[in-house]
Amino acid sequence: MSAVTSSAPKPLLSPAVMATLKVLGVFGAIALAIVLLDLPDLLVQTLWEGLVAGVLYALIALGFVLIFKASGVFNFAQGIMVVFSALTLVGSYEIMTQRMGLPPGTVVAILAVIVAVATMFVLAWLVERIVLRPLVNQNDIIMLMATVGLTYFLIGFGEYVFGGNPKVMITSQLGLPVGSTQFNILGGRVNIQHLDVAAAVIASVMIAGLAFFFQYTRIGRALRAVADSHKAALSVGISLNQIWVIVWFTAGVVALVTGIMWGARSDVSFALEIIALKALSVLILGGFTSVPGAIVGGLIIGIGEKMGEGYWGPLFGGGIETWLAYVIALGFLLFRPQGLFGEKIIERI
Amino acid sequence: MFYRETGQFKTNYADDMAIFPIRQDRIGIAIIIAIALILPFMVSDFVLKTILLPFLALSVAVIGLNILTGYTGLISLGSAGFMGVGAYACYKLTTLFPEVNIIIWIFASGFFAAAVGVFFGLPSLRIKGLYLAVATLAAQFFLQWAFVRIPWLFNYNPSGAIEVPLRTLFGMPITGPTAELEVKYLICLGFVIGMTWLASNLVHGRIGRSWMAVRDMDIAAELMGIKLLNAKLMAFAVSSFFCGVSGALFVFLYLGGAEAGTEFAIRLSFLILFAVIIGGTGSMIGSFFGTAFIVALPTILKFGAPAIGIAITGATAEKIVLMIIGALTIYLLIVEPHGLARLWQIMKQKLRVWPFPY
Amino acid sequence: MMFKKLALSATVAASVLTAGFAAQAQDAINFVHNTYRTGAFSGSGIPVGDGTRDYFTMLNNRDGGIGGVKINFEECETAYDTRRSVECYEQGKAKGTVLYVPWSTGATLAAIPRAHIDKIPIFSMGYGLSASAVGDVFPWVFNMPITYWDGANAFIQHVAQQEGGFDKLKGKTIGLLHLDAPFGKEPIPILEALAKQHGFNLKLYPVAPAEMQNQSSVWLTIRRDRTDWVYNQGWGAMNPTAVREAARGGFPVNRLVGVWWAGGDDDARPAGDAGKGYRALNWHQTGASFPVIQDIIKHVVDKGQSLAPKDKVGENLYNRGVYQAILIAEAIKNAQAITGKKVINGEDMRRGLEALNMTEAKWAAAGAPNFASPVRVTCSDHNSQSAVYVMEWDGKAWKRLSADIQPQKDQVRPLLEEAAKAFATSNAGWPTRTEACQNNS
Repeated sequence: MSAVTSSAPKPLLSPAVMATLKVLGVFGAIALAIVLLDLPDLLVQTLWEGLVAGVLYALIALGFVLIFKASGVFNFAQGIMVVFSALTLVGSYEIMTQRMGLPPGTVVAILAVIVAVATMFVLAWLVERIVLRPLVNQNDIIMLMATVGLTYFLIGFGEYVFGGNPKVMITSQLGLPVGSTQFNILGGRVNIQHLDVAAAVIASVMIAGLAFFFQYTRIGRALRAVADSHKAALSVGISLNQIWVIVWFTAGVVALVTGIMWGARSDVSFALEIIALKALSVLILGGFTSVPGAIVGGLIIGIGEKMGEGYWGPLFGGGIETWLAYVIALGFLLFRPQGLFGEKIIERI
Repeated sequence: MFYRETGQFKTNYADDMAIFPIRQDRIGIAIIIAIALILPFMVSDFVLKTILLPFLALSVAVIGLNILTGYTGLISLGSAGFMGVGAYACYKLTTLFPEVNIIIWIFASGFFAAAVGVFFGLPSLRIKGLYLAVATLAAQFFLQWAFVRIPWLFNYNPSGAIEVPLRTLFGMPITGPTAELEVKYLICLGFVIGMTWLASNLVHGRIGRSWMAVRDMDIAAELMGIKLLNAKLMAFAVSSFFCGVSGALFVFLYLGGAEAGTEFAIRLSFLILFAVIIGGTGSMIGSFFGTAFIVALPTILKFGAPAIGIAITGATAEKIVLMIIGALTIYLLIVEPHGLARLWQIMKQKLRVWPFPY
Repeated sequence: MMFKKLALSATVAASVLTAGFAAQAQDAINFVHNTYRTGAFSGSGIPVGDGTRDYFTMLNNRDGGIGGVKINFEECETAYDTRRSVECYEQGKAKGTVLYVPWSTGATLAAIPRAHIDKIPIFSMGYGLSASAVGDVFPWVFNMPITYWDGANAFIQHVAQQEGGFDKLKGKTIGLLHLDAPFGKEPIPILEALAKQHGFNLKLYPVAPAEMQNQSSVWLTIRRDRTDWVYNQGWGAMNPTAVREAARGGFPVNRLVGVWWAGGDDDARPAGDAGKGYRALNWHQTGASFPVIQDIIKHVVDKGQSLAPKDKVGENLYNRGVYQAILIAEAIKNAQAITGKKVINGEDMRRGLEALNMTEAKWAAAGAPNFASPVRVTCSDHNSQSAVYVMEWDGKAWKRLSADIQPQKDQVRPLLEEAAKAFATSNAGWPTRTEACQNNS
């Protein structure tokens, strides 16, 4: 008794409605084009801002995907890991320069990075030991709840150790470029922040590095094996526990990079955690298990919401950015319930 | 020895289908309700206002989400949004028709939340699991945005807040500043008992069974003749109804006026979901345990520690409480992944065979 | 085993709480002060909390309290969350606090209806419900020295000064960048009225609480609208982001003017050089040169009793906390003088606040000469609508930019009264004032 039914998409709407929608869409596109071409420099700027925001969303989503692939855990704590790692970086820099009297500068900043990376490793190890190992093979929702507990703990711990006041990211000490370049093109100006360029470059390098790591190293191959099947991986002698530590550590490093980038744009504070929720919309758009999905999804959400807020926001009284990302993602989901790049769901009875 | 159903025979179907088939359970429930009734006269105003009232008001929402998540298997992160719909509906209703009793409006506001819930539940027909959870975030953020953006909802009040007017029952104030806390508590308690009874009957009946069938495997349920569309949307409607009533209780009986747009934020949605999970999905009693853990425990820890001589106050207390709650959550899940309700079941089983181990 | 432990600890906790907070020995004045040193708004909450805390510690250390009675000062953490604020209100009530300081608009709104019943006055300094300035309707609520409506008005006056007269405002585009919450939306009605009067275009730029640190699209819209001036009604993490985004988007920072809550040193400093020129309204001076601040450093900071690092003492929001504490201490003195009691209660405190008259001489006597403009509370005016000035960030510290700007009382006061009346009618059963007037200072 094994009938295979794939979730074949039934036509959602009747043909007449679809036709009406198409006509409306054409009119909408024409109207949009007029609005967009009105100020071409602003359009380019909006696209650029969307791209940068998208890269950062993609980075947060990437952390989720890495962990979900390897251990099947929906890591609610990823957002707080971003804040926590950045806070460790800035906090340890402050402690080293102010209390231990080391000279402020790049050397100490690099030391602080090492401290932050080491903290993320310890965190990964502790999570594996204390949370993952005892809860192995539990339901999705139980694992999610465990990471919620981790979130609460990290918020309390981070505020306890480093204090609750927002901190300024040590951008220049880390050697990140500040300042901006203005291009006077298209009858206006387009302002490009050097930091944003650096963010995009670093993100690309990191993603390429991760891809290389997964594709060509022994550990990377082991990781992919674990993602495919825990049991099969175990049977060929791959240590699940070791892989989990590595994956959580990698996600921690991704979180640190994300934290540095967001922190440099605004401040390092626990308010950042809410932005991390935005990455969830990226996640459902790209699929929980797809690294390229996280990147493409991040870009779609980033550009989509900036364009939406910029050009349609005023029609609704502004502030639509908070929910637009989720609506965009929802729209995609209705046509591909498993996300753009997600694995096709085949259900058996 | 004391908790044993030996000798209690069921001689007709009605007995067999009772909510509490065991006599000791019935006695236990009666005792709990009796305690709940006299409790407000035993404790201080502080406990009443900061622990018991929010516990009662939010437990209704937790039961509601448990119907959706625990019984139907659909995860939602929009509960706070639906609570907000209830609160604003109640505010609009009671300011438009002040002559109708507020208790009726609190109940009626649930229907508005249910309607909104059905609308946002539509994607559940195609999307499943965690994907659906994220999709419901759209509802949460959209509703929260709407509460701030549509001034009609708060009667164009320049402060943007909903203020709870004075309303009476038999000449006694039940909402508004002059209402006694004990009265508010008893009204809340009445709602909680009534809604729990309703929920319990729903999940034990035909509808509840269809929900559980959908939860366990929706395709199989469909093959058995359960209409997925009806079952899922029904679950969303009932769940949102409970959330709506809870939201109205939360603002009208507990907070008594606040900027509700920021009150019903994503944080509250998460809290409700956490209460469902930690209490035990698919369990009525678990909903209460979960609410107690998530809502009442932080307050007890924060203000209870100084009272027994541990001198931590202010921000430090807040931080330490967060750490304790986090660690305790993980610990409880490791001890019993199926939530506090499962611990309760194990304890009942132990009681049954006591004094023997098996 | 675990159940027993759990049950035991629950019983202990419950019984302790049931016993309640036994009334404290009444040889001190109890004051529970809300703070938020955690959460998304902690950046603004910490310095303010430090200032108030340090001033009362200093009074206890230097003078042994007020009028020979120690101030039993205690903080209650709210994390800017209404539910926790309610807890703090109840805790304050149980501990016999003489005054409730909510430090959040939501918490103020939740507490206002209870004030006259619990006999605890509320002091929401320059925030909360604007209408509560009308003392005839809200005898228990005080919100001096200024309301948001006066603030928006003063901002437009500043713009007119800079542009060279009110007639130059015609055709200009003025934007309100605001937190998308009741706090942020407060100035909208007054700005709309002014826009009609002076003929400028008003644009609204809401920033949702979840997007406080993600404002790039708002600033793109500002750029597209070619907005001339932006008024920033923000709080917490929203402000430093706004200053940075303004600089990023090429908006001249010296045309971005913050409300007094958007004038923290940590709001402007993180932007570095780009933040130079950022402006904010203020009603008191910054810096550590005042004798009262020096006393705090001597008696509190140097003894290691302060939570604030020494270099933050004297910053704007820290001084805001000190300002609040000076007004409260003055009101306590008034209450002691009026009642002849040393240990006062909430009712006495209300009378003390209503009799508050901070003249320049009183400011000087409090160790803060020329620290702030005079504040005079009367029976019907619980706000005093004092003067504000505009200050500018020079990259290191705030520098005074404008002379005192007097809010246009005749324009704002009728609106306040109208709003107060609307509040009283929509809250059926709102009591008419029975408390006697207290103007004997």
